[in-house]
Amino acid sequence: MRGALVTRTRVFLLSFLAVALVLAAVVSSYASGSPDGLERAASDAGFGETAEEHALDGSPFADYATAGVDSSFASTAISGIVGVLVTALIGVGLFLLVRRRSARE
Amino acid sequence: MHVPDGFINAPISIAAGIVAAGGLAVCLRGARKELDDKTAPLAGLVAAFVFAVQMLNFPVGVGTSGHLMGGVLAAVLVGPYTGVLCVSVVLIVQALFFADGGLSALGVNIILMALVTALVGYAIVLALQVMLPRRRASVVPAAVVGAFVSVPVGAVVFVVLFALGGTADIPFGSVLTAMIGVHVLIGIGEAVITGLTVASILSVRPDLVYAARRYEQHLHLRTPATR
Repeated sequence: MRGALVTRTRVFLLSFLAVALVLAAVVSSYASGSPDGLERAASDAGFGETAEEHALDGSPFADYATAGVDSSFASTAISGIVGVLVTALIGVGLFLLVRRRSARE
Repeated sequence: MHVPDGFINAPISIAAGIVAAGGLAVCLRGARKELDDKTAPLAGLVAAFVFAVQMLNFPVGVGTSGHLMGGVLAAVLVGPYTGVLCVSVVLIVQALFFADGGLSALGVNIILMALVTALVGYAIVLALQVMLPRRRASVVPAAVVGAFVSVPVGAVVFVVLFALGGTADIPFGSVLTAMIGVHVLIGIGEAVITGLTVASILSVRPDLVYAARRYEQHLHLRTPATR
C-alpha cells in the first residue's frame, strides 16, 4: 500500500514538472510581449523613464533569451527550461533542508 | 509586477530589503511545520511551476500584458509560509539569472509578490473556507477570490512604497489610478490560472493540496477499551 502511494506521488511529481517544462519551453513563445501592468502604469503616470537598466542585462539568459541562439523559439525555450530546472533544484533543495525529518532518519 | 532598479530610492529599497529578510526568516520557521518528506519535493516543483507560468504573459487590454504572481496558488497548494518561500525563490532566480526585477529592488519585489500576495490572499482563502460549505470543492472558489484580490492589493502596496520612496515626484492619486485598473484585470487572469491549477490537482491528488487538508475525514477507531 505504502509503496504504491509513493510511486503514485512520484508519477504525479514528474508529471507536474513535465507540465512546467512544456509551459516554459513551448507555450512561452506564444506569450504576449507587450509591457506588463507595472511598466504600463509607470509610463501612464509619468515615471516610466526612471527605470534603470538591469545590472545583469548582459548575462546569458537575460530577458528570457539565450545568448548566441538565433532562433527566437529556441532562445526562449532553452532559457525557460534552464529557469524551471534551476528553480526546481533550488526549491527542492531548500525545502528538503527546511522540512521536518521523519522518525526513520 | 517586477519592479526594476530606479523606481524606488535607496533608503526605502534598503528598508524593504530588511523587511523582506525578516519576513523570509519568519516563513522559514513556519514552513518547517508545513513540510514533510512528501510535501518538500512538491513545494520545490510548485516554485518551478510558478516560474514557468510567470513566463506566460497574457494580454490585458491593448498593448499591455500581465502574468501570474502565484502567491495564492503556492499558498493553497503547499501552505502560506512555504508559498511565500516558493515565490521568493522564483523572484531570486529571475533577478539573478534572467535580469527580471532589479537587484536593489529584490526586497520590494519579495514584499509585493511573495509576502503580500501569499499572506493577504491566503487570509482571504481561510476566511472564505469558514463561510463556504465544509467540503473539498470549496477550496477552488476560495482560491479564485483570494488570487483575484491579491493582485490589486500588491499593486496598492507598490503605490504606498512609491509614495514613500519613489524617485519621481508623482501625486499618489495618479500612481494609484494608473496601477489599480490594470491590476484588477491582471487579477482576473491570476484568478483563472489559480482556479484551474488548484481544481486540476484537487481532482487527481486532493491529499497534496494543503488548503484541502482541513476537510480530511478522521477515522475514529472505537474498541471496548477506549469507551
